[in-house]
Amino acid sequence: MPITRDEVAHLARLSRLALSDEELDHLAPQLDQIIASVAQVQEVAADGIPPTTHATGLVNVYRADEPVPCLTPEQALSGAPAVELQRFKVPRILDEE
Amino acid sequence: MSELIKKTAAELAAAVAAGEASAVEVTTAHLEQIAAVDGQVRAFLHVAADDALAQAREVDRKRAAGEPLGALAGVPVAVKDLFTTVGMPTTCGSKILQGWRPPYESTVTRRLRDAGAVLVGKTNMDEFAMGSSTENSGFGPTRNPWDLSKVPGGSSGGSAAAVAAFEAPLALGTDTGGSIRQPAAVCGVVGTKPTYGGNSRYGVVAFASSLDTPGPFGRTVLDAALLHEVMSGHDPMDSTSINAAVPPVVEAARHGDVAGLRIGVVSEFSGDGYQPGVMTRFAEAVEVLESLGAKVTEVSCPHFKYALPAYYLIAPSEVSSNLARFDGMRYGLRAGSGSAEEVMAATREAGFGAEVKRRIILGTYALSSGYYDAYYGKAQQVRTLIIRDFDAAFAQVDVLISPPTPTTAFDIGERADDPMAMYLADLCTIPSNLAGNAAISVPVGLAPEDGLPVGLQVMAPPLADDRLYRVAAAVEAAFTERRGHPLLAEARGLGR
Repeated sequence: MPITRDEVAHLARLSRLALSDEELDHLAPQLDQIIASVAQVQEVAADGIPPTTHATGLVNVYRADEPVPCLTPEQALSGAPAVELQRFKVPRILDEE
Repeated sequence: MSELIKKTAAELAAAVAAGEASAVEVTTAHLEQIAAVDGQVRAFLHVAADDALAQAREVDRKRAAGEPLGALAGVPVAVKDLFTTVGMPTTCGSKILQGWRPPYESTVTRRLRDAGAVLVGKTNMDEFAMGSSTENSGFGPTRNPWDLSKVPGGSSGGSAAAVAAFEAPLALGTDTGGSIRQPAAVCGVVGTKPTYGGNSRYGVVAFASSLDTPGPFGRTVLDAALLHEVMSGHDPMDSTSINAAVPPVVEAARHGDVAGLRIGVVSEFSGDGYQPGVMTRFAEAVEVLESLGAKVTEVSCPHFKYALPAYYLIAPSEVSSNLARFDGMRYGLRAGSGSAEEVMAATREAGFGAEVKRRIILGTYALSSGYYDAYYGKAQQVRTLIIRDFDAAFAQVDVLISPPTPTTAFDIGERADDPMAMYLADLCTIPSNLAGNAAISVPVGLAPEDGLPVGLQVMAPPLADDRLYRVAAAVEAAFTERRGHPLLAEARGLGR
């Protein structure tokens, strides 16, 4: 099933990527080609075959619930684009009305 | 040029321990080589000269004081720029992390520091490890020391090139779909993807968490094993790390031997698309292994042809999730204005390169409701079938072999805007990532038609990493004897 330029634009919005028109023109046919190729996985008759999410087979890994040293607030904030009152300062997240 | 840079890591560690060379002398020699050649190779994004010399002085102080020295004391190591390192930037080859200085140290680099290794700097890479040529770096490409017009492979191309250009005897990389083995093959060095979980991903910036595997580069099999052993082992900070003994890789590298070993040639990895010179050298390697007493047979792994498509669903799906954290809020670049959502979209647009964007969108598509079962779900089932192919193969043979990649190093720019052509570079390496087992690439010669390095891939079951080194050490010894010198003595890209 081909993927359209509009679908790519929708996926970019979902992915929080403000793609330019030029990028959309360029990426859409490439993605269509890639998706057509990866669709080969559908050729495999896979009824009853369990999915593998990771290879080690480890489940429910626990460690002792003991306090250990962690980052200081200064360390945690050291790479922040903006800081105020020992907090990450971010643009508004709610509409004004 | 100092003779110290030509020595192996094993020789350097012995010389420092014996007091025949100081760690400062060894480090200075490598920093001088970096200054001399890295303008051409561009393997490094950051050279930590002052920090490296301080680490070296500490090794020399310990030795003078009679304190115990670690296994890699005084040995320079180049570090792929996605291991977090305190005191050095960590960019992942991305403008979105330009100038970021992480507040914590990765477990692997901490283990290296504890062993006395001298971290000389951070190496170039495809952005967030997505690519096979290092051209996807946000900071320009690295060049292959064999021929500066060629790519060094990727994504750990800077690490492979640094080792091949004698800028460091050892380097760290990560391998998610072949990002250690393919650059090792095309740069004529040794590179290993250890068993998934054999070492810690703590402080390794995530690309595809179920596949990402840190591993070593060296110019010799023994050197790669020394780094492999030091970096490995269980870490409570990574819940996917395996709580088991590190396989005896150094011991195996010291005793290369394939007599009586059952070796399977993967029949699916040949034919159309494989460069003739790559297959010539592969056939020669098979003859060498047989002459050393190995029993070589052909083994079919019928689902391996679906590994590449499955990988390009699974890895991008994990990417679309993992890279959501780069949103301009807590660290890294912040661009644009307006609401948080607008700033996020503007930041990611400005900070990510084309391949990262392609994969984020591809992964978002594969995980969308309505497509999930047809793409991501199917790919996970293929992953099971590939593990079953390996299980069946390893019931018949001890190790599998194949070319690590279908061609030698390609021209810079040749595949830069052709993603499907670029993806084919990882055709032979991806199955081991999907299955989580261990694999190595060891040099076996030059392709007659272009004079560029060719590797041999050896694959072993999970936690049987030592088998890789037994086979690779035997191959290395046989070819070095036949040739009369190490392969890298023939590298002419830097005018030697």
